[in-house]
Amino acid sequence: MKVPEELRYRETHEWVRVEDGEALVGITDYAQGELGDVVYVELPEVGRAVSAGEAVAVIESVKTASDIYAPVSGEVVAVNEALADHPEKVNEDPYGEGWLFKVRLADPAELEALLDAEAYKRLLEAEG
Amino acid sequence: MGFCWPDQVPLIFERSRKGRRGTLAPRREADPAALFGAENLRKTPPALPEVDELTVLRHYTNLSRRQVGVDTTFYPLGSCTMKYNPRVLEEAARLFVGLHPYQDEGTVQGALRLMFELGEYLKALTGMDAITLQPAAGAHGELTGILVIRAYHEDRGELKKRRVVLVPDSAHGSNPATSAMAGFEVREVPSDADGEVDLEALKRELGEHVAAIMLTNPNTLGLFERRILSLTEAAHAAGVQLYYDGANLNAIMGWARPGDMGFDVVHLNLHKTFATPHGGGGPGAGPVGVKAHLAPYLPVPLVEKTPAGYRLVTDRAKSIGRVRSFLGNFGVLVKAYAYIRLMGLAGLKRAAALSVLNARYLKELLKKRGYRVPYDGPTMHEFVAQPPEGLRALDVAKALLDEGFHPPTVYFPLIVKEALMIEPTETESRETLDAFAEAMGRIAERGLADPEWIKGAPYTTPVRRLDEVKANRRPRLRFGHRE
Repeated sequence: MKVPEELRYRETHEWVRVEDGEALVGITDYAQGELGDVVYVELPEVGRAVSAGEAVAVIESVKTASDIYAPVSGEVVAVNEALADHPEKVNEDPYGEGWLFKVRLADPAELEALLDAEAYKRLLEAEG
Repeated sequence: MGFCWPDQVPLIFERSRKGRRGTLAPRREADPAALFGAENLRKTPPALPEVDELTVLRHYTNLSRRQVGVDTTFYPLGSCTMKYNPRVLEEAARLFVGLHPYQDEGTVQGALRLMFELGEYLKALTGMDAITLQPAAGAHGELTGILVIRAYHEDRGELKKRRVVLVPDSAHGSNPATSAMAGFEVREVPSDADGEVDLEALKRELGEHVAAIMLTNPNTLGLFERRILSLTEAAHAAGVQLYYDGANLNAIMGWARPGDMGFDVVHLNLHKTFATPHGGGGPGAGPVGVKAHLAPYLPVPLVEKTPAGYRLVTDRAKSIGRVRSFLGNFGVLVKAYAYIRLMGLAGLKRAAALSVLNARYLKELLKKRGYRVPYDGPTMHEFVAQPPEGLRALDVAKALLDEGFHPPTVYFPLIVKEALMIEPTETESRETLDAFAEAMGRIAERGLADPEWIKGAPYTTPVRRLDEVKANRRPRLRFGHRE
């Protein structure tokens, strides 16, 4: 199971990659494995202001539908339109082409509250 | 199996042959254009299959033989109460088919009396003060109940601040959906280590911003919320309304009442608990009972008993209005009424007790065969098991089809991984439960020994394992009618 070192993580299995004040958000390799084959992704509208911890997207798999929480606060500046036709990207490439949305950081200090790769790995071990 | 059906069953349309027919329509005596207006007549005939009567009979009889349902096998679908509903109740409902909802009240006194008395019985069973029979199903009842709560807060000038509905993480998915549909924000409350609502976490969420809490009791793990009185008391102290999801009422009928637990609103699924076959899309009925302070907001019309007879009341200033055409799904109400009269309170209590006994018995049998029960508290009408380590719930469910059983609910509630949610109901015999447990034992044993075998199940059904991913990603929702 992949847990890239350079990313930050939320306990609810979202990852964040920060570039130029913008946070790219997706779900982790562990999360996609637990969900099983993704069949539909509902993304937030571009321009929406989201706050950290708010449910902003929904991923449906053959097993279940799960809320996806915003790891950080800010304005949604982009969403991954390609997932509408190819939701399987979330399974195939969760840290790359399967990204979900991008948020312009309102408060970069919020990143400190997220887990680093080591802490996230420990969380996964605890979840078994 | 005596009859071998080909893999690809033709559609009834594909059996159509031009000019073939089963009946002769009566000769037309009136001019339709004069009756309905020439502009309203269709120019081309509808594309109906042209088939003879015997072809129709065989087509549907053979399709019905491939059916897996409670008429053919044990159907332990958790949280759905797939019990057997006596056929005589269908006969009872048929007694009323000649009625029309536009008939004058004076000519339907019996039907109105039935509705009134059914309402009284359901009020007595739930501990509520007033009731509407209109909603067409459980989720519709939920929406009605939450709209009633909303109207109550609005009337008191508190709706602007009360924007949140609290829902436990073990809830039926319809609870958060209902709250969102009624314009509220949903917040999830965690379960504790015993599988009950985490009372301290819930108390931290309470406040003037909360409109309601939606709860199922027993919850979806089949466990009775033992601290329910403390919970409802704390909620009421914060001005929060308590909503009872009646999906699991079968477990406590006649033994405990949501009203006594402190709930303000309750919906019932007559099509689960009160004798209407359930599944396949309806029709159902989801009556909503409320405490006196919410009664003014119930939908109209309501049936009222007066010295001069029964009548429908529509002039209620604070009502949320109609939620369904006419008086709801009346046939379902007839079946519920007849069922309650046939069973009596003693019979309903016995049904509830047997549903609990069957669930506890089956749980112990499955534990002996390697299945795990993560929240192993005092089980009510259902329990949530996990397959032995190394097996997946989906594979066990598919293998059950080869054993001739309908699978249980899988992957719900969400707080249990690889969940198998099993509700045997009161109408199953000990022999059936034993046979089911034996089958589950065989599946576990063989599945662990031969992983390829279980991944390939089912082997004996008319259609083998479906490609659920493709079916969801590329759904084809209508058949292609080849001209």
